[in-house]
Amino acid sequence: MKIHEYQAKAILAKYDVPVPRGEVAFTVDEAEAAAKRIGGSVVVKAQIHAGGRGKGGGVKVAKDAAEAAEIARKILGMTLVTHQTGPEGRVVKRLLIEETLPIERELYLGIVLDRGLGKPVFMASAAGGMEIEEVAAKTPELILKEPIEPGYGLAPYQGRNLAFGMGIPAQSVNGAVSAMLALANAYNACDASLAEINPFILTKDGKVYALDAKITLDDNALYRHKDLVELRDLNEEDPLEVEASRFSLNYIKLDGNIACMVNGAGLAMATMDIVKYAGGRPANFLDVGGGANAEQIKNAFRILLSDQGVQAVLINIFGGILRCDVLATGVVNAARELNIKVPIVVRMEGTNVEKGQEILRTSGFNFTVADGMNDAAEKVVGAAKGAAA
Amino acid sequence: MSVLVDQNTRVIFQGFTGREASFHAQAALDYGTTVAGGVTPGKGGQTHLGLPVFNTVADAVKQTGANASVIFVPPPFAGDAIMEAAEAGLPLVVCITEGIPTSDMVRAAAFLKGRNTRLIGPNCPGIISPGKCKIGIMPGHIHRQGNVGVVSRSGTLTYEAVGQLTKLGIGQSTCIGIGGDPIIGTTFVDAIQFFNFDPDTHAIVMIGEIGGNSEETAAAYIAKNVKKPVVGFIAGQTAPPGRRMGHAGAIISGGSGKAEDKMKAMAQAGITVCASPAEIGDRVKSRL
Repeated sequence: MKIHEYQAKAILAKYDVPVPRGEVAFTVDEAEAAAKRIGGSVVVKAQIHAGGRGKGGGVKVAKDAAEAAEIARKILGMTLVTHQTGPEGRVVKRLLIEETLPIERELYLGIVLDRGLGKPVFMASAAGGMEIEEVAAKTPELILKEPIEPGYGLAPYQGRNLAFGMGIPAQSVNGAVSAMLALANAYNACDASLAEINPFILTKDGKVYALDAKITLDDNALYRHKDLVELRDLNEEDPLEVEASRFSLNYIKLDGNIACMVNGAGLAMATMDIVKYAGGRPANFLDVGGGANAEQIKNAFRILLSDQGVQAVLINIFGGILRCDVLATGVVNAARELNIKVPIVVRMEGTNVEKGQEILRTSGFNFTVADGMNDAAEKVVGAAKGAAA
Repeated sequence: MSVLVDQNTRVIFQGFTGREASFHAQAALDYGTTVAGGVTPGKGGQTHLGLPVFNTVADAVKQTGANASVIFVPPPFAGDAIMEAAEAGLPLVVCITEGIPTSDMVRAAAFLKGRNTRLIGPNCPGIISPGKCKIGIMPGHIHRQGNVGVVSRSGTLTYEAVGQLTKLGIGQSTCIGIGGDPIIGTTFVDAIQFFNFDPDTHAIVMIGEIGGNSEETAAAYIAKNVKKPVVGFIAGQTAPPGRRMGHAGAIISGGSGKAEDKMKAMAQAGITVCASPAEIGDRVKSRL
């Protein structure tokens, strides 16, 4: 689960990572009041779940509260387009108003899971302020790494290795190491899957601050962090995806014309791939899971079809735990209740496949039954072309 | 022959009396797998599916002589179940559970270091040596005994590949679902190593997906060590970056973990890479 910068900073502050004084604002008035309380010049930062906000015009410095209000008026409600939002962008609904600081140097700190090592790795780089992927691609030698041992956490000596390695001046090393240990504690305590401070700044008076922050939480661990679940911002998610998550359906909206309903994540991805291979464009990823019942199938259908771009539906099920007859019943019920107009191609294999096909055949609906994935993809692409014509 | 599991495997079910475990224990028994019993804390001494239930894995191992376990316990307790099985000295532990917190798996993985336990999974369909032993949730009837080793990060996509092979009359030595999580016990390289040393495995199918770089690592291993034909497929060629595609491990992040990079590395290693998932069976046939 992604959270906003201001929420990430609140978590970091709780674990004693120094962050600039700041407040969240939902309205222009709140932004102005916050700027007054902070005093002096402030930064007005759009809060959306995407990077590249500065380049997109979502981060501006104001010399006083009046100018902060003026900027807030422009940014609140604007559609911010960055390289991470896609061309449709995101509407800004929250701002972070923050004190400005005299920046001496911009560094990078981050923690990610290293799959190969099977443990988190703390990364630090003197090349702060730019995207770490870019640094990794162009100057990998500028990224320093220390593994975090499970049960031990980041050790102070590791922090010193990183701090001196980045060339932090001696008088600021202790402060930097404390911030690193605090970041590692925060990562661990909230079951994060990613924590990043970019830039991590050194001020002219030798202090360190998290000037920006990004934390992604491990969805699988949210059950033990009830307080963090509340940080979810549904405005940042596609409404259809939110709806799907209510029914424990794994749905991701894409921009194609062929809706896919599949059981299993790998097969769902492979189904999208073969649709493209056959000349179509997948409209979504949808894994209905191994234990889907008829009710879930119906809801899945409803969600798929609320996407206006959909011209045909491909159902690809390899029945293992999910039996084909259960699926077929769900599909027929959905077709009946939802008055489905678009062509539907069904490919079923596995447990109770004959029963399932019988249910589809005798349903009175005009389902196209396919034999194998290739046949299914070709038929659905053809059907979509027919529907579009 | 086959790898890791065969007719000598005696498996116990952890979380035995639960709905899912009961269903799949019965399916395993029907398939001919030797199920020695199971563990459900607090239900020790009872009988379930005609088999003994124990309170702890240690008890179950001592009483039944089991040499493998399969874990069906819910995600919050699954990391602990893995450690309990390893502590009881089981050489093989298969964890089916999906949704285990990553930090629990980091701990479990550290716990397994230096112990003689091989973990398969988590978040996997399990392992099957057709005609001999089925440990997991895969439908047994789609398999056929033979000489192709299958290793995959996916469940149903593995069934798809196996289904294609069986339809062409090509049997499988062993099919290993290594799981869709970022931290897994058995990697592509581990599985491929087993297949490489197994004289009765004549060809290997590897099915990867976006996220991480374990396919690239496997490709490098194959280029250096494997003479047997290898056919591969990568799911997620059309997956958008930054989105988790169902599996916790299936995400393109920061430009890494892309399908095209994996396919390129695999092709360079001499692996026959399928562009379409529908051609896996045919490609294997042409390489046998």
